Amino acid sequence: MLDIKKYLRLSKLPHIWCPGCGNGSVVRALIMAVDKLGLSKDEIVLFTGIGCSARTNVIVDFNTIQTTHGRTLAFATGFKLMRPDMKVIVITGDGDGAAIGGNHLIHAARRNIDITTILINNSIYGMTGGQYSPLSPQGTYATTAPYGNIEPSFDICKLVEAAGATFIARSTVYHIQLTADLIAKAIAHKGFSFIEVVSQCPVGYGRRNRMRTPYEMLMWQKEHAVLVQQAQRYSLEEMKDKFLIGELFVNKEKREYTELYEELRRKLAEGGEG
Amino acid sequence: MRKEIVLSGYGGQGLVLAGIILAEAAVIYEGKNATHNQSYGPEARGGASRSEIIISDEEINYPEIERPDILLAMTQDALDKYGESVKEGGLIIIDTLYIKEVKPRSDVEIYELPITEISIRETGKPLSANIVALGVLVSLTGIVKRESLEAAMLNRVPPATRDLNLKALRAAFDIFKKG
Amino acid sequence: MSLKEDVRFMQGNEAIAEAAILAGVRFFAGYPITPATEIAEMMALRMPQVGGVFIQMEDEIASIAAVIGASMAGFKAMTATSGPGFTLMQENLGYATIVDIPCVIVDVQRGGPSTGLPTLPAQGDVMQARWGTHGDHPIVVLCPATVQEAFELTIEAFNISELIRNPVILLSDAVVGHVREKVTLPDPSRIRIVNRRVTNLPPEQYKPFAAGPDGVPDFAYRGKGYRYHVTSNVHDEEGFPATYNHKVANELIRRLHKKIEFYRKEITYYKTYRVEDSDVLIVAYGCTARSAKDAVNMLREGGIRAGLLQLQTLWPFPGEVVEGYAKRAKVVVVPEMNMGQLVGEVERCICRKAVRINRVDGKMISPWEIVDAIKEVFSHA
Repeated sequence: MLDIKKYLRLSKLPHIWCPGCGNGSVVRALIMAVDKLGLSKDEIVLFTGIGCSARTNVIVDFNTIQTTHGRTLAFATGFKLMRPDMKVIVITGDGDGAAIGGNHLIHAARRNIDITTILINNSIYGMTGGQYSPLSPQGTYATTAPYGNIEPSFDICKLVEAAGATFIARSTVYHIQLTADLIAKAIAHKGFSFIEVVSQCPVGYGRRNRMRTPYEMLMWQKEHAVLVQQAQRYSLEEMKDKFLIGELFVNKEKREYTELYEELRRKLAEGGEG
Repeated sequence: MRKEIVLSGYGGQGLVLAGIILAEAAVIYEGKNATHNQSYGPEARGGASRSEIIISDEEINYPEIERPDILLAMTQDALDKYGESVKEGGLIIIDTLYIKEVKPRSDVEIYELPITEISIRETGKPLSANIVALGVLVSLTGIVKRESLEAAMLNRVPPATRDLNLKALRAAFDIFKKG
Repeated sequence: MSLKEDVRFMQGNEAIAEAAILAGVRFFAGYPITPATEIAEMMALRMPQVGGVFIQMEDEIASIAAVIGASMAGFKAMTATSGPGFTLMQENLGYATIVDIPCVIVDVQRGGPSTGLPTLPAQGDVMQARWGTHGDHPIVVLCPATVQEAFELTIEAFNISELIRNPVILLSDAVVGHVREKVTLPDPSRIRIVNRRVTNLPPEQYKPFAAGPDGVPDFAYRGKGYRYHVTSNVHDEEGFPATYNHKVANELIRRLHKKIEFYRKEITYYKTYRVEDSDVLIVAYGCTARSAKDAVNMLREGGIRAGLLQLQTLWPFPGEVVEGYAKRAKVVVVPEMNMGQLVGEVERCICRKAVRINRVDGKMISPWEIVDAIKEVFSHA
């Protein structure tokens, strides 16, 4: 039985998120994963950036560092290189991770540095009150897209895969056990691991896009998510408005960055030329 | 005593390295002060290269050279561009392989020598022309001792080229032994 | 045991890299930019040799972020850049100040605005170094004039940074960065090295942002039970956001500034030259101080009693020092390779106008220009 209180800073509750927000569920999934892996709270460093997702590390009792908007992976890269013994996890959002932080995301993926990134995708900038992000679907409404968003969105998992990450998965807040399992796999993976968690923002996104309640939004997740193992049951036409969840891509061959750097130092110490 | 030296020519003639060797001969082997600058910007365009050395017994503050005491010109362009700037009573050394037209100046000494050809004769390659030029410059001016230059050169050039460069340097010294 | 001084012929950028290693730097992140690139190249070579890490990041924003991350892990870390890259670093520089994280940023100045004069010297970042980031942040800026000073001030930059747990800017320029000259390296045993204070309290009593009389909190390494929170927002002594607590906000911002005031004397570096009887005081810094020193000698040969006050600490501005040396001078002169940045501070402190000499064409101000400007003043007197 999971003793969730063991991992929380109870004095920092209640949290500041709106009713129906998916962030709390993602925190729970992370704690489930950490508990499943039997990691100590001391060995985890949880980095965040700016936005609603950044508030996740206020309430958990790990080593927690909140950084500037979008730059989290660059901070985490410096930390991880000097403390490769620690488990470095980044929680980001669709604005923080895919817009302002998009460049750092693809370069961290390219280096294949052993950091786990959880991107909570609620399709909106929540903290600033509902502006569209690079992951807001085309045609949806936001305070900065009052006539509907004309911009196409990223498939962030494909982007990160193309950039060179070696573990990529997607899940939803509705599929919370799957989310926890995938986070556990990602943390255990040696290399850059990435999980997109499709989440709900009833206040910033739902009420402008014909989903007034958290329940409706969770049902949308349930109805539109297709487990990757079951994808072949659907026609291409049927898949058009659906998205895959589960383990999307794994590469166990590509070398991890901190290991490569350590190898370089070892060679130099032995008198080689690197 | 403050001497300002400009080595000028074409990128690839090793003039930056030559400048560092000359300055190090003064600093490391003779306890003098020296500065070295290589020029960037307009002067470096089109493959031109300019290496500036100041050697002094006193502290060197302002590190730029406007009117050098000594100019080494290893291309026609370099001579045309900097020949006029040499101080009265100064010295111009010219590589005759590259320079055909020399505007006469009565107020400076001008030495025309086959610098690159000496390198080719001694080492089979033009690559040691910079070292030959240093040998000539030091022989003519005594700005540092020959031994200091030799030691600084051996310390700076790639180990595999030491013997050839030493041969080139000694050939340059020999020109002036005969007087 | 005999002490060994080592006479070397080095480039300014090279001296900065060597000094940083002696000061204990073990992490360098950077992005290529002229005229600072040699520092990154040296660090790429040397860091893995000394058990440290070099990484070339995707931009300057990431470079300083990685540097702060490494310093949060407890290691001395630095980056090096020039004006345009320094601009990109400003947001994270402010972050480092509000979370009390030490690091050293080298800005080898070139001509601006924008890419301006990409390879030529300037001193246009004096105000950027002080006020580049937003908000009321504390900062220390040191400025070398020679390769020897570049070496010495790099070590001091790390020492100050660790002492007060704040970023320190080493404001060099393309002249000092690229010139090669004689440097006397002290015996390593004679180099004073300062390391950040580490807490001796157990984790349950440790407050990461509680400070003693000097305003500087004690550091705690991660992974040993100290699972504290760090935030870029205004925070309480335990590190948690306290955005709507005006008292906490007031105390935090004032504490950050107190660190500088508490150590102001120790972090103020300057040199004087022939100032004892000077009627003309030249206040100069960086490469311009070199010309000013020659100008002092030339003026004295011409019968004008001139002296030089060379500021090595630009920020916090050593106002009392300037005021003190300016007292007996009839004329105060401030030559700068910008349109007049530090001169405003000088005038504020001496309560009168200074003679300005400004050059923004990518060429050093020569000693003759300074001499001529001062003779001009005397011809009207």
